[in-house]
Amino acid sequence: MTLRPDLGLVAGLIPSGSRVLDLGCGSGELLAELIAEHGCRGTGVEIDPPLVLAAISAGVPVIELDLDSELADFADHSYDVVVLSRTVQTLHRPVEVLKHMERIGRRLIVSVPNFGYWRHRLRLLRGRMPMSREIPHAWYDTPNLRHTTLVELEELFARLGLVIEQRIVLHPTGRPLPSDRLANITGGSAVYVLRAG
Amino acid sequence: MQAKPGTGSVGLVSTRSVRLFTGEEPLHLERGGTLGPVDVAYETYGTLSPAADNAVFICHALTGDAHAAGFHEGATRPGWWDNLIGPGKPLDTDRFFVVCANLIGGCQGSTGPSSTNPATGAAYGLDFPVLMMRDLVEVHRALLRHLGIGRLLAALGGSLGGMQVLQWALDHPEEVANAVVIAASSRLTAQNIAFSAVARRAIMADPHFVDGAYTAAGVNPDTGLSIARMMAHITYLSEDALTEKFGRQPHPDAHEPGFGIDFAVESYLDHQGQAFLERFDALSYLYLTRVMDYFDPFADPEALARVGDRAVKWLVLSFATDWRFGTDHSRRIVRTLERAGQPVTFREIPSTWGHDSFLLAVEPYHATLRAYLDRALKEVRR
Repeated sequence: MTLRPDLGLVAGLIPSGSRVLDLGCGSGELLAELIAEHGCRGTGVEIDPPLVLAAISAGVPVIELDLDSELADFADHSYDVVVLSRTVQTLHRPVEVLKHMERIGRRLIVSVPNFGYWRHRLRLLRGRMPMSREIPHAWYDTPNLRHTTLVELEELFARLGLVIEQRIVLHPTGRPLPSDRLANITGGSAVYVLRAG
Repeated sequence: MQAKPGTGSVGLVSTRSVRLFTGEEPLHLERGGTLGPVDVAYETYGTLSPAADNAVFICHALTGDAHAAGFHEGATRPGWWDNLIGPGKPLDTDRFFVVCANLIGGCQGSTGPSSTNPATGAAYGLDFPVLMMRDLVEVHRALLRHLGIGRLLAALGGSLGGMQVLQWALDHPEEVANAVVIAASSRLTAQNIAFSAVARRAIMADPHFVDGAYTAAGVNPDTGLSIARMMAHITYLSEDALTEKFGRQPHPDAHEPGFGIDFAVESYLDHQGQAFLERFDALSYLYLTRVMDYFDPFADPEALARVGDRAVKWLVLSFATDWRFGTDHSRRIVRTLERAGQPVTFREIPSTWGHDSFLLAVEPYHATLRAYLDRALKEVRR
C-alpha cells in the first residue's frame, strides 16, 4: 500500500504503538497504515458517507460525527496523537476543534494548505481566486470555508497556547522543501506537530 | 417487492429443535436457581466452513423467532430478516453460515413460561424464573457448542437483539470477533420502562390473565396483549412514518362519528394487535420486556476490563428517526466503548421509519453491514 505522500509524512511523525484519533479521516488510509504497519490503535472520525463506508471497508474503526459540534464525546487525554489532516480549512468552528484536540491528545498533528503560497498571491494580483494543486476547487464549489496563511495559523496556535514542536513545509507536489525560510511564500502546505503549552 | 424462493433467497427452510439443558444438567441462571429442561428452536442458513470461521449469530428482538430467512413449507411470506440474509445479500449465505435461535422465555419453539413445568405437569406461568440478559446469552452459547462453533465471526442483532450482542461480547470477548449492535440500548430510560410498564399492566389487568394460569383456565388475555402490541407499535414507527403511511385518512367503513375504527391508523393498529395474538404469548411478553428493563451492563465497573484488548471489533448503528432506542442510546454505547479503548465504528443511518428501520432494506444501512461483514471475513482469513 502506498500512502498519499503527505499522509506518509504524517505517518512518519507518529511513534509506533500510539493511540491515534484521526479527525476527518477520509477513507481511513492513514489509520489503516498505522494499524497494519506501526502497531498503532485508533479511531477515525468522518462525516461524508461514502468515505465512512470506504473506511469501514479498510477495517478502520470510524465514528460518523460532526467535528464542529460533537467532539465532546472524546475523553480528556485519551489519545497519544490527534491528527487533523487538511481539514481545518473546512471547519465551521476551527478554534473549538483545536481546543478539543488539545484536550483529547498529548500531541497534535495539523496539516493545512497555505493560502499565502506565491502562486496564490499571483492569482489574486491578477484578480482571480487562488487555485492550485493544494486548492483545486473553484470558489463556488469548494469544501474549504476558511483560508489561512501559515503566518496567521501560527498566530492562532500561539493564542491557544499550542507550542510548535516541528514544522515541515511542503512543495505543492507534497515533497518537503529543503529550507524553512520564507515558508509562507514558498510552501504549498505545511504539517505541524504541536503540544499543549 | 417480495422475493420468491430461489432469487436471492435461502429457499425452503425448516426450524429445528435441540435440548441444550436437561433436568439433571440444567441451565444455571444469573439470579440463582436453575431451569431445565431447556429446548431451543433454531435455523441455520449457508454452510459452516471447515475452519468454522464464517459463523454469524443473529439475535432476535422482543417478538422475533428462529425463522429469520427463507420460506417454510407452504408459506407465502419469508422469515423476518429475509431482506438481509440470502445469496448475494449483505449476509451472503454463499459465504456466511448464519444461525438464528428463538429466545428462551419466548414462545416460538424455545422453552418459555408457557412451556410445561416438569414439577407440576402444567404450564409454568408466573413460576417461570425471571430471566436476565446473561441467561439468554448462556443459551445461545450452548447452542454454538452444540453446533461445533468456538468463535463467531459476528454476533448481530437489533433492539433487544443488539442488547444480547452487547452482553455476549462484554462477557465472552474471545467468542465474538465482531459485535454488531443495531438500534439498541445499554440502559433503558424512564420513558422506555414506562412504556413497558403500561404494556405489562394491560396484560396483567386483563381478567383472562388469571395470574398467569390462563392456559389451564382455557382462556387467553387477548385484550391486554393486543393493547400492549398496539402501544408498542406506535413506538416502533416515527411520527413522520405514521403520517406518511396513514395521515388522517378515514377508514373506508367509517360513516358516523363515534368510537369505532374511524381512521386508517386505528385499523392498522387493530390489525397489528389482532395478528399478534396468533403468534405471541402474553407471559413471554412480560418476561422478555423485563429482561430489557433490567439490562445495564456498563453498571458493572469491570465490564470493559474483561474485554481488554481481546480483539472484539464493534459496529454500532442507530437510525435518525428512532425514538424508542434513538441515537442517544447508541452514542452512549459508542462513548463507553471508545473511552475504554475499544475499536468501535458508529453510524447514524438516515431513515424516516423510526425503530422499525432495522428490519427494513434501508440502502445506507445494508451497504454499511455489507462493507463491515465483507471486511470482517477478509480479516479472519488474512
